[in-house]
Amino acid sequence: MKSWRELPIGGIILEAGNSVKRRTGDWRVFKPIIDHDRCIRCLLCWIYCPDGAIRIVDGVYKTSDGKLWSLSFEIDYDYCKGCGICAEECPVKAIELVEEVR
Amino acid sequence: MQASVERVKTPYGIEQTRVLLNSNYTAAYAIRDVGVDVIAAYPITPQTGVVEKLAEFIASGELDAEMIHVESEHSALSAVIGASAAGARVFTATSSQGLEYMHEVLHIASGMRLPIVMAVATRALSAPINIWCDYTDLMNARDTSWITFIAYTAQEVYDSLIEAYIVSEDPEVMLPAMVAYDGFWMSHTYEPLYIPVDREIVRKIVPRRSRITLDPENPVTMGSIVGPDYYYEIKYQQVVAMEQAYRSVRNADRIIEDTFGRRYEPIEVYRVEDADIAILTYGGIYGTLLDAVDRMRERGIRVGAMRIRLWRPFPAEDLVSKARNISTLIVVDRAISFGASISGPVALETIAAFHRVGSSPDVISIVAGIGGRPVTERDFEGMVETVFKLGRRAREIGTLYWGVRG
Repeated sequence: MKSWRELPIGGIILEAGNSVKRRTGDWRVFKPIIDHDRCIRCLLCWIYCPDGAIRIVDGVYKTSDGKLWSLSFEIDYDYCKGCGICAEECPVKAIELVEEVR
Repeated sequence: MQASVERVKTPYGIEQTRVLLNSNYTAAYAIRDVGVDVIAAYPITPQTGVVEKLAEFIASGELDAEMIHVESEHSALSAVIGASAAGARVFTATSSQGLEYMHEVLHIASGMRLPIVMAVATRALSAPINIWCDYTDLMNARDTSWITFIAYTAQEVYDSLIEAYIVSEDPEVMLPAMVAYDGFWMSHTYEPLYIPVDREIVRKIVPRRSRITLDPENPVTMGSIVGPDYYYEIKYQQVVAMEQAYRSVRNADRIIEDTFGRRYEPIEVYRVEDADIAILTYGGIYGTLLDAVDRMRERGIRVGAMRIRLWRPFPAEDLVSKARNISTLIVVDRAISFGASISGPVALETIAAFHRVGSSPDVISIVAGIGGRPVTERDFEGMVETVFKLGRRAREIGTLYWGVRG
């Protein structure tokens, strides 16, 4: 642990983008789960996520009733805090918040 | 400004001109001469004259600064925090409720280690609403980690604001500073003072220094969250910075003396060498006290006067050494710490300073001048007479509330 002499003045963080070192996924109580069959790929969840924890994944996805999509989404659970904004914004209710058991 | 024709060259070669200003306008002249980039303030009596005059300087082109109009003092200080973090030299001013409304942001300014400078025309706090002078507003900001000067003349307001920038921007300090003076008694009364003819000399003694700022080319994060693992160490840095601030203030005192020939000390004294009893106070009433001391001396009372000029960091060692021969020290506070064992904030601090060395004069706490109640020469004489009359009891009472109608 660093002494007061070694720390930057006022606790200034001199390293840009170091928030990736802080995995905030363990703050989560409710875990968002995307139903890729219901999802209409509107990207609203991706836009609204305040932590940038929703990734666009390229690749063909075939729904159970045979519809084809060229992309899907993946939630980065290392950083998703479970705020639920994605589920709130989803126009087709394709994101469910499931209480995590720990 | 009533610029007179009288120009004086100090023995130090700086040409100065004698002007007649109130302390609010004096503060504005000091800020114009130091040269700031951003000013944000919200009007509150009795401080408003400071920023009105600065707005005139900006309008006339005498000062090249941005004036940010804000909706409150909370926003005023927040705006200058942002500007200061981005590298600007900044200034704000307030009084009373405005200082209280800034309170949480005062801690942020100091915690982010930003060299912000503020003028405070001291005023009583509501309720009941009272726009007149006392120091309860300033004393409430005691623990916010701001370097705090209390001036007693317009000249000292001018010089202290220059010192405030020298000290705040010292890389070993990096703490905000406020310069306080009496609301109305000083903010609205005119006094003669000297200012340099060429303001470049002020800019020379307050040079711009580089520091860490918000810069897209070199991104940093300021004011982030810090947990129990490091918060204590970061606050301890402020403790050390405050200790450094004392040394830096003394250095600034020397710069002012070398430049303008005016000498300041953290604790100023008058006729204490052979005094048995002394009165310690702060702000504009020190001038009244000096006259009261002369009057009492004529009557054969061996009395002296003392003044704290620097409130934070508190100059404990100076106080102890200068009060060495005093047997009774009356501390007159124009502020009340409600419910404290001693209600005068500076009296409390004085007692603590002597506690550290193990021996102390009898320190008598007197509260006076609350809510703009005048404190005259006759009041100071009466205080000394009362303390003599009460003897030991004066100390046991705790705090004497001078002049309150019973």
